[in-house]
Amino acid sequence: MKFLSKAYIFIIFALLYAPILVVILFSFNASGNLSNFSGFTLYWYKDLFRSGEAIEALKNSLILAVCSSALATVIGTLASFSIAHSKNKYYQSIMKSVTNIPMMNPDIVTGVSMMLLFVGVGLMFKLDNVLGFWTMLIAHTTFNLPYVILSILPKFKQMDKHLIEAALDLGCTPTQTFFKIEVPAIMPGIISGLMMSFTLSLDDFVISHFVSSPDFKTLPLYIYNQTAHEVKFSMYALCTLIIITILVLLIAVNLAGAKKDKAPRRKPRRIAKGELAK
Amino acid sequence: MKNKRSWFDRVASSPYIVWSALFIIAPLLFVAYFAFTDRDGAFTFENILSLSSYSETFIMSLGFSLIATTVCLLIGYPLAYCMSKTSERTRNILMVLLMLPMWISLLIRTYSLMALLDNGGLVSTFLTSLGFEKLTFIGTDAAVILGMIYDFLPYMVLPIYTALIKIDRRYLEASADLGCNSLQTIFKVTLPLTTPGIISGVTMVFVPSISTFYISQKLGGGSFDLLGDTIERQFQNQITYHTGAAISLVMMILILISLAIMNKFSDNEEEIIV
Amino acid sequence: MKTKLVELKNISKSFDGETVLSDVSLYINDKEFITLLGPSGCGKTTTLRIIGGFETPDQGDVYFDGARINDVPPHKRHVNTVFQKYALFPHLNVYDNIAFGLRIAKVKEDEIRERVSEMLALVNLRGFEKRNVSLLSGGQQQRVAIARALINKPKVLLLDEPLGALDLKLRKDMQVELKNIQAKTGITFIYVTHDQEEALSMSDVVVVMADGKIQQIGTPTDIYNEPVNAFVADFIGESNILDGVMLKDYSVKFAGHTFECLDSGFETNEQVDVVVRPEDVDVVPVEQGMLTGKVTSVTFKGVHYEIIVDIKGFKWMIQSTDYVAPEAVIGVYIEPDAIHIMKKSEYSDMFGDYSTFSDEMDHLSDIISEEEE
Repeated sequence: MKFLSKAYIFIIFALLYAPILVVILFSFNASGNLSNFSGFTLYWYKDLFRSGEAIEALKNSLILAVCSSALATVIGTLASFSIAHSKNKYYQSIMKSVTNIPMMNPDIVTGVSMMLLFVGVGLMFKLDNVLGFWTMLIAHTTFNLPYVILSILPKFKQMDKHLIEAALDLGCTPTQTFFKIEVPAIMPGIISGLMMSFTLSLDDFVISHFVSSPDFKTLPLYIYNQTAHEVKFSMYALCTLIIITILVLLIAVNLAGAKKDKAPRRKPRRIAKGELAK
Repeated sequence: MKNKRSWFDRVASSPYIVWSALFIIAPLLFVAYFAFTDRDGAFTFENILSLSSYSETFIMSLGFSLIATTVCLLIGYPLAYCMSKTSERTRNILMVLLMLPMWISLLIRTYSLMALLDNGGLVSTFLTSLGFEKLTFIGTDAAVILGMIYDFLPYMVLPIYTALIKIDRRYLEASADLGCNSLQTIFKVTLPLTTPGIISGVTMVFVPSISTFYISQKLGGGSFDLLGDTIERQFQNQITYHTGAAISLVMMILILISLAIMNKFSDNEEEIIV
Repeated sequence: MKTKLVELKNISKSFDGETVLSDVSLYINDKEFITLLGPSGCGKTTTLRIIGGFETPDQGDVYFDGARINDVPPHKRHVNTVFQKYALFPHLNVYDNIAFGLRIAKVKEDEIRERVSEMLALVNLRGFEKRNVSLLSGGQQQRVAIARALINKPKVLLLDEPLGALDLKLRKDMQVELKNIQAKTGITFIYVTHDQEEALSMSDVVVVMADGKIQQIGTPTDIYNEPVNAFVADFIGESNILDGVMLKDYSVKFAGHTFECLDSGFETNEQVDVVVRPEDVDVVPVEQGMLTGKVTSVTFKGVHYEIIVDIKGFKWMIQSTDYVAPEAVIGVYIEPDAIHIMKKSEYSDMFGDYSTFSDEMDHLSDIISEEEE
């Protein structure tokens, strides 16, 4: 029984990793086809950086991720504060339902709806080419917001309500209480919200696909375009680089997490989605 | 607080209220608007009615995602169960191994699966060398469903695993104490206690499966028309926004209904925390 | 000469339509140690929170030093609070927690350092400055919470069940220490607890509350010896509470026997509640007894035996250092000064005999007897 269960785990994980290992392996394949491995080369890595497009896309991705996660964190923190403090049950439930919408909707619907908004407004004002950095920023901030609120709101709930009263009791005004007591108390939530939205923004393809224009391409969009028609081994190289980066980051976070038990655990997008959906 | 609310309390939520009105509510109104108007902006049911010609697409999408979800559950639950029975050290390593693919973009994972299944790829080379006839994977129903399973399996395993880990050992001991054998314990205690995990796992596989377009584009060899593909084509090729909006609207409503039905199954309020 | 420092006038408060306080009036003198005592849900914490400024009364006025402070927010009141679970700021160390109020008041750092070390000395926590508050024991956290409140030199210190989370022995030590701190600083303490022993041993004045109303205000000995109604008698210590008739001054009839007592001023044949404390009942041979009954149970309690005696269907509790065998028939003798007479109140008949100890068991046995019928 024990052996069977271990074998089962092994087989499933082997299947899960087989394609990823193939990509990593063939990114070093000299022959440039998938049927045989004829020798080691770094040609595809050089090929990847030849045009500068990949670097440009990476730069765009990072700019967008930084801006949208920062914006979402500020708006989301304030919103969580107000939701958590409100005594009005209707207000709370309306705010939570609205927050749920981008989580419950499939990405494609969110993407399409934002595209229609931008194009529709563009038509109204007779603007061409409304899509670009700003529409991407708006879209990314919008889908980041629920995750920020999701990670901060429970921290407000967990916080001992008497801490606020203690601060008021010791002479703080409500505004001082927010900055001196509440912000430190919800800091882990703010940080994990920020990290989560940063990675979500880097990772997003579906929503970006609908609200982007050719002159502002992020990394996922670049990969999509490059892989649209044919197999490109330079893309294998890019995928390998991304996988290795993620692996290093994940190990680093886990090591840090092992040292400091309370380090916020990052959650993949859909997992977080499941949490709020409940 | 209890006295008059401070100015800060009142001002804090306004950016979010404005933002969600403009970028969450308004876009949905635009979808509805496009779905119910024609090219000239006149109100019409034409777009919705014309969806009857897409009924095959709806049925196929629903079928594919249901199969993928079921297979994920059948593979994922035992996997989560086996994982939860390993030692804590092994468990943590397995958790990282399970999370890693989640952090790798869907594009990359689909692309890597394609590398494996491609016509000149490893699997087909291997099978031909064994003397099988040259098989084509890409473009088959099976390849698309396999893509969904491969891409979304971790999302099924993780919430179930979390629910399993959270079960208090004493429940299992109590069940054994009251005369259940281990199989009875699984069905009478473990399974009911992990229902919330199953529900969220099912949600997380079903919703992206039914709306995907990338998987079917890559592994379907471009010949597939799932719901996602249809919507994507309508918008990207700018054929007409109206039909695309109508399909999106219907899909959104279908998903909301199925989520509501699924949540009926587990009416406990407890949050699933990963 | 005593001066009124805090005064509540006709305070009423309800939450979601449920009345928590109704028409509570109370004044607190300067330098007094006053305890609000009552079971959970009696409104004692709400009263404290109204004084602290965390709740606003629906009706009535709060006065502080003669000025009405209903609308003054907590941060502007000369009152500080020690919270139930201490509410220490987890992101600050011991020193920064204690210094918090002074920093908000923009006191110079030199002075802060001096006053913090004074406070640490007062609460016996010298050398703990750099400690993380969440790693302190319950008693130490308690001391930090007291120091954090006292450093602001409040005129009144509010303490909301501060010892509730500590174990019995530590609680007794802290009771003594709190009393000392109060004597040393001369600050008025308003203390909330549901523990009657704590209230009796620490307070100058005890306010007994139930159902959002004040039942009795008095010194600990008053409250124990002269409870005003069946609730107070039952809540403070153990009591046998019987229906009686006041035949005339100094003579009361209950349990089928006429007793001599020290109470007067009732109408002839007035229905009254009679309280007899278990330790005031003497066990005597049957022939010498005023009443006789059969022992139904005997429990050894360490310093004494707790004996339940059935006298004409009423289960009495008697505390005696002498052992009595179960099922034995014994006589009972009661001195006149052991009998306390109270007017009938809404709480009469609510507290039965000692068939059961808790309300929950009362309730259960009611259900069972209903089913049997």
